[in-house]
Amino acid sequence: MTVESTAARKPRRSAGTRKSPSTEPELVQLLTPEGKRVKNAAYDKYVAGITPDELRGLYRDMVLTRRFDAEATSLQRQGELGLWASLLGQEAAQIGSGRATREDDYVFPTYREHGVAWCRGVPPENLLGMFRGVNNGGWDPNSNNFQLYTIVIGSQTLHATGYAMGITKDGADSAVIAYFGDGASSQGDVAESFTFSAVYNAPVVFFCQNNQWAISEPTEKQTRVPLYQRAQGFGFPGVRVDGNDVLACLAVTKWALERARSGEGPTLVEAFTYRMGAHTTSDDPTRYRGDEERQAWEAKDPILRLRRYLEASNHADEGFFAELEAESEALGKRVREAVRAMPDPDRFAIFEHAYADGHALVDEERAQFAAYQASFTDGEGA
Amino acid sequence: MATETSTKMALAKAINESLRRALEADPKVLVMGEDVGKLGGVFRVTDGLQKDFGESRVIDTPLAESGIVGTAIGLALRGYRPVVEIQFDGFVFPAYDQIVTQLAKMHARSLGKVKLPVVIRIPYGGGIGAVEHHSESPEALFAHVAGLKIVTPSNSSDAYWMMQQAIQSDDPVIFFEPKRRYWDKGEVNTEAIPGPLHKAQVVREGTDLTLVAYGPMVKTCLEVADAAAEEGRNLEVLDLRSVSPLDFDAIQASVEKTRRLVVVHEAPVFFGSGAEIAARITERCFYHLEAPVLRVGGYHAPYPPARIEEEYLPGLDRVLDAVDRALAY
Ligand SMILES: Cc1ncc(C[n+]2csc(CCOP(=O)(O)OP(=O)(O)O)c2C)c(N)n1
Repeated sequence: MTVESTAARKPRRSAGTRKSPSTEPELVQLLTPEGKRVKNAAYDKYVAGITPDELRGLYRDMVLTRRFDAEATSLQRQGELGLWASLLGQEAAQIGSGRATREDDYVFPTYREHGVAWCRGVPPENLLGMFRGVNNGGWDPNSNNFQLYTIVIGSQTLHATGYAMGITKDGADSAVIAYFGDGASSQGDVAESFTFSAVYNAPVVFFCQNNQWAISEPTEKQTRVPLYQRAQGFGFPGVRVDGNDVLACLAVTKWALERARSGEGPTLVEAFTYRMGAHTTSDDPTRYRGDEERQAWEAKDPILRLRRYLEASNHADEGFFAELEAESEALGKRVREAVRAMPDPDRFAIFEHAYADGHALVDEERAQFAAYQASFTDGEGA
Repeated sequence: MATETSTKMALAKAINESLRRALEADPKVLVMGEDVGKLGGVFRVTDGLQKDFGESRVIDTPLAESGIVGTAIGLALRGYRPVVEIQFDGFVFPAYDQIVTQLAKMHARSLGKVKLPVVIRIPYGGGIGAVEHHSESPEALFAHVAGLKIVTPSNSSDAYWMMQQAIQSDDPVIFFEPKRRYWDKGEVNTEAIPGPLHKAQVVREGTDLTLVAYGPMVKTCLEVADAAAEEGRNLEVLDLRSVSPLDFDAIQASVEKTRRLVVVHEAPVFFGSGAEIAARITERCFYHLEAPVLRVGGYHAPYPPARIEEEYLPGLDRVLDAVDRALAY
C-alpha cells in the first residue's frame, strides 16, 4: 500500500479543528511550563554562560514589554490610539530572539514586534505614532537597525533577504532577522524570500511567530505541514522552538544567527506560541475561537514560567519583583503621558517627504493648499 | 416608500443580502477570501454566509492575494463564478499581477472563447481613521487596464443590485466598496431592478453646475449641493456608479445643461479618473463649457496618517471652493 493511499483513507479533519498536541512535532524547549530547566544537547551551549543577572534581565524585558502592551491596549480603548496590535503571549519569542541579535544585526519586523523593538533600544513611544495616526512609521530605522513596521503581510521578508545579500557583498559578518506570522507564510513574497536567501546563501534568519491565528484563520488554513519543515524544500534548515520559552528562543536564535554570520546561509525558526488577545483592537476573537484554547495556553505563560525558574533557583528575590513592579508602573505612566502629549501633525505634513529630491507637482499642490488654507479667516490656515 | 420587497438596510448589509441571493440562485457562485467565513469578513460583509452555505461555497482562503485571484481564475475557467474579497484596498497589490496580466486579458487572448466571471470586492477609500494601506483609492490603476469593469456603489440599493449585476457579468468586475459608507442606511427594493451596471445616475437635478462623483464622494457631493442651495446655487449631482466603462453620455447630457463641471474623487487627482473625464468632456462639450473642468481629489503624496486625513480628503469646503471657482468664470 502506498503512502498516498493510506493518507487518502484517513478521515479528513474538518477544517478549523485543532491538532492535538501529541501529534505535533517536538519543540526545542529549555524551560518547562513549570519553570524546570531541561537539558538539550544541541542548544544548551548557546545559553550555557548566562548569568543570573542576564536571566533577570530577560524577565524584566518581558514584564515591561507586557506592561507597555497593556498600556497601549487601554490607550486604544480610551480613544488615544486608533488601533493596537497586541503581543500578549508572544513576549518570550520576541525577547528571546531580540536579545539574541547583535548591535550590527538588522531587524525587519511586522507590526507586532514591540518586544523586539524594546530589545533594540527603540523608545516604546516611537512605536505608537502610527497607531495613533500621527505618522506612518516615523522612526529612523538606521538608528537602532530596526526597520519600520510593515503592514502589508510578508513584504519585509524580501527586504530582509536583500539586506542580507548586501551584507554578503560587503564582506561583513552581520546578520539579519525577519519576523513574520503563520499567516504570512502563505504569501508569495515569503516563498520568494526563501528562494532568494537559499540561492544567494544570504545571512538571514526567518523568525516565524506561529501564534496559531491569522485574524480568524487557524494555521491549518495556511499549511498542512508544520511550518518549520518548509525550509527543507528550499534547502536550508528549519527548527521549531517553544515560543513561550524565552531561553529556548534565545538559544535557537543565537544558533541561527551564528550560522548566518559564519556563511552557512538562512535558517527558518518557527516559534510555536499563542496570541492570547485579539488580533488587533478591531478584532472580535469570540466569533471564531473558544475560551478553552486560551486557557490551555495561559498555563504556558512565558513570564510565569521564567518567574518560577528564577524563584526556584534563588536567582531573584521579593525585592527584585517589587522593584520591577514599580518600574512597570512608571513605564505605563511614561507611555500614557507621551501618547497624550503627541501633537497632531501639521497639515502641511501631507506634502513632506513624498520625494527625497523634491517634485514640481508636489510643490504646486502645496502652494495651492496653502492658498486655499489662507482663504479662510486670518490665521486659521497658518 | 417602503413596500414588502423594500427594506432599509446598511450598505454592507445590502451587499451581504445580495451575495446571499446570488449563492441561493446559482450553485456555481462562490465567495472566497481571507476571514470571510467564520468571522464574516473584517467588515462583516459576508456575515453568516458560511454558516448557511457551507465551507465549500464560502471559502476561507490562505493569506495570499495572488493565490486568491489566481485560483479564482482557475475556478472560473472550470465554470464557477467566484466573488473574492480583498480585505483592504492596499492589499490588492500582491494580486495585481494576476488581475492585470491574466484576469483582464484571457478573454481577448482566447479570441472570446474563455469567459472569466470573477468579481473582486475591495473595500476602499479613507475617512475611517485607519493605519496606512487601509484608506487608498486605487481605481485608476485598474481603470487603465482594458478587460476589467470597475464599479462602485454609493448607496444600499445600488450596492445590492450592482453586486447582482457584477456576478452575472461574464467579464471580470472590480467591485470597489466605499468602506466609510458601509454603515449608512438606505432603502433597498429587492424587486425593482435599477438601470444597467454601467449607467450613471442623476441623484440630484440642478441647472448651475454638475458635480460628478462615485462611491464615497456621492454623499459628500449631495451635502455640497445642499450647502450650495443655501447660497442660491442649484447643483446637479451625477453618480457615475461605473468607472470603467464610464458613462460619458450621461456626463455630456448634464454638462450641456449646466455648462460647468467639477469632478470629485478621493484618489489623487494626478493621472486619476477625473483627468480622463475632464479630457473627454472638454472634447465633447467644448462649446458648451463656460469654465474649465475642475477636479477635486487627493494630492500627489502618500495617503497621510489618520489625524490629518480630513485635510487630504475632499470635504465640503474644498468642493465648494471648486464650485465657486467654476462659477466665477
Ligand atoms: C497583503 C495583506 N493582506 C491582508 C492583510 C490584512 N491582515 C492584517 S494582519 C492579517 C493576519 C496576519 O496573520 P499572521 O501573518 O499570522 O500574523 P499575526 O498578525 O497573527 O501576528 C491580515 C490578513 C494585510 N495586512 N496584508
